[in-house]
Amino acid sequence: MNRTDRGASVSLAELEKRYDRVNAVDGVSLDIHSGEFLTLLGPSGSGKTSTLMMIAGFETPTAGDIAIDGTSVVAMPPYRRNIGMVFQNYALFPHLTVEENIGFPLKQRGVPKAERARLVAEALELVHLPGYGERYPRQLSGGQQQRVAVARAVVFKPRLLLMDEPLGALDKQLRENLQLEMRRLHADLGITFIYVTHDQEEALTMSDRIAVMNDGKVAQVGSPEDLYDRPSDRFVAGFIGESNFLPAIVRGMEDDVVITECDGALIRAMCPGRPASGDRVTLTTRPERLRFADSAWNATTPQNRLSVTVTEAVFAGERCRYMLQATDGTSMVLKEPSSAAIRRRAIGERAEISWSVADTILV
Amino acid sequence: MSEIAQPSPIAVPLGAVRPLLRNWRRHVPLMLVAPLLIYMLVLYALPVLAMLLRSLNDPTWTLSHYTALFEDVVFAKTFWITFNTSVIVTLGCLILGYPVAMGLVRAKTMAPLILVVILLPFWTSVLVRSYAWMVLLGRHGLINEGLLALGMIDRPMRILNTSLATQIAMIHILLPYMILPIANALRQIDPSLLRAASGLGATPFMTFRQVILPLSMSGVAAGTLLTFVLALGFYITPAMVGGPRDITLSMLIAQEVDQLNWAYAATLSAVLLATALGILAAARHLPGVGNAFRMSMR
Ligand SMILES: Nc1ncnc2c1ncn2[C@@H]1O[C@H](COP(=O)(O)OP(=O)(O)OP(=O)(O)O)[C@@H](O)[C@H]1O
Ligand SMILES: [Mg+2]
Repeated sequence: MNRTDRGASVSLAELEKRYDRVNAVDGVSLDIHSGEFLTLLGPSGSGKTSTLMMIAGFETPTAGDIAIDGTSVVAMPPYRRNIGMVFQNYALFPHLTVEENIGFPLKQRGVPKAERARLVAEALELVHLPGYGERYPRQLSGGQQQRVAVARAVVFKPRLLLMDEPLGALDKQLRENLQLEMRRLHADLGITFIYVTHDQEEALTMSDRIAVMNDGKVAQVGSPEDLYDRPSDRFVAGFIGESNFLPAIVRGMEDDVVITECDGALIRAMCPGRPASGDRVTLTTRPERLRFADSAWNATTPQNRLSVTVTEAVFAGERCRYMLQATDGTSMVLKEPSSAAIRRRAIGERAEISWSVADTILV
Repeated sequence: MSEIAQPSPIAVPLGAVRPLLRNWRRHVPLMLVAPLLIYMLVLYALPVLAMLLRSLNDPTWTLSHYTALFEDVVFAKTFWITFNTSVIVTLGCLILGYPVAMGLVRAKTMAPLILVVILLPFWTSVLVRSYAWMVLLGRHGLINEGLLALGMIDRPMRILNTSLATQIAMIHILLPYMILPIANALRQIDPSLLRAASGLGATPFMTFRQVILPLSMSGVAAGTLLTFVLALGFYITPAMVGGPRDITLSMLIAQEVDQLNWAYAATLSAVLLATALGILAAARHLPGVGNAFRMSMR
């Protein structure tokens, strides 16, 4: 069997969930490919859980359609959908042992006892918890409970696994370990993962693709690199990583590079569209992609340049972080690797900064 | 200071009192309950003890009243009827109460209304409710008239003054003691468990069998226990609506007191009390029992 055959494809079409007055999910259309690790990323209240709950079948959409492997499942109760699900609080059955918890979905499917025991042991192996079968959930640490929840969600070999902030309750160290394990699990099982988080770092390190949600809508879908390097709007640029925003006025186009005027300087930016001359626009750049123009650093790509004043300088171990102000008052952040070879700037110092045109995006 | 203070005459008593004064805050809870404690002790516990003592020292110190019970046919029959009635009533409450508890927990806007209906019996005296059942169950009562009007029977049935009447009325009176502990246990079930079960492939019935029912067992145990122990001591209701041969232990005790058979009445009381306490003690370790008591005393 081909690896991607093991995962379901999921198609959301104009999906909408309306509670009394709020549109929790407001017209989400998204195609999730077979075997993909897709993350729904967004701030609190952006509709991630609501979307997941509709896919799982715990909530009914007020409009739109959900198709799994091309078949609409909107009218199907959750227990018929055959989807694995890991809840944020794990939702392990407190009255059942680890073994019985993991065996639960098998029991509902009428799997005979002996076969059940074998599959449960296999699942425990998969999440590195062999020998814990006899324990009760309350006798496990948070991380162990999380693994049991994962084992229970995959033991019946679903083609789709949904996870709602499964690492949300764990400390940083454990989160990072389990992030790697989830990636490995995804590679091993080859099934489709839909993962919900509000932690952008987690989303960037784990996902094949990320759907950034805001206010019940999908703001942008793309690979982590896409979202980081080419955010489609100001919200995405601000939510994923740190961004500088520069107000500018369009002056012309050169192929797919737009020429703008910003604080008296000509700044070039990447732009997929064709803005008209004179349009007021916002440019965005990443703080770690800015450089002081006079530091020993030979740029081979086309550069933008701007004069600024240093207003704040913070040493943060591996990096120095500078707050800068352009003459029009726009403030910017510049992050520079700390090195004995680089001169530290003083507050109040005037400087010229430069950065690559390819790292400048019109949003 | 250089001079050594002479112990003054009042220093000694003050010294003895000081630790007490220093710790007076610790005794505040005791001081607050003291009036009621004294009241209960003098007017309730002492008379009860005095009464129970009669089963041992009337006319002289003896255990003969208790040993006599073993051959006492009236006692055996009464004990059996009491026990049997309590079992039937408890089962009836469980079967009728469990679905109501589920409804109460599931209902959102209706919950306060359901709660009022459940608690209504609490706000009416047992006597009044028993009279009401006499009216309903009587030969010309609402039930007989209704069945006659519907043509389901040709002549009035005898319901009042049968064991069935006792059971119906007692179930009505005791239902809240079953419903509230069960509802309490059901309310504590994390709703995400029900979703998890459903997501893992359990139909609603399977979810009930494998998740809801086992997780509500503490409430079931507490409610059953409470209902059963309360049912053991019922007096007014069986006396008013029960059959002439259906004598419960409480009724027997009252009869004996009427006939000034104090020692016998005291012995029966001791047995009834011991049975109730024994059941409570045995079940004390069941989880959720403590909770249930707190609930019912709200
Ligand atoms: N049962 C409900 N009744 C009313 N409003 C709801 C309900 N569930 C969610 N909402 C609202 O819908 C919106 C989206 O909620 P949702 O739980 O999907 O957000 P989320 O992205 O998962 O947020 P978080 O990161 O905080 O979990 C919120 O404004 C929330 O208040
Ligand atoms: Mg959520």
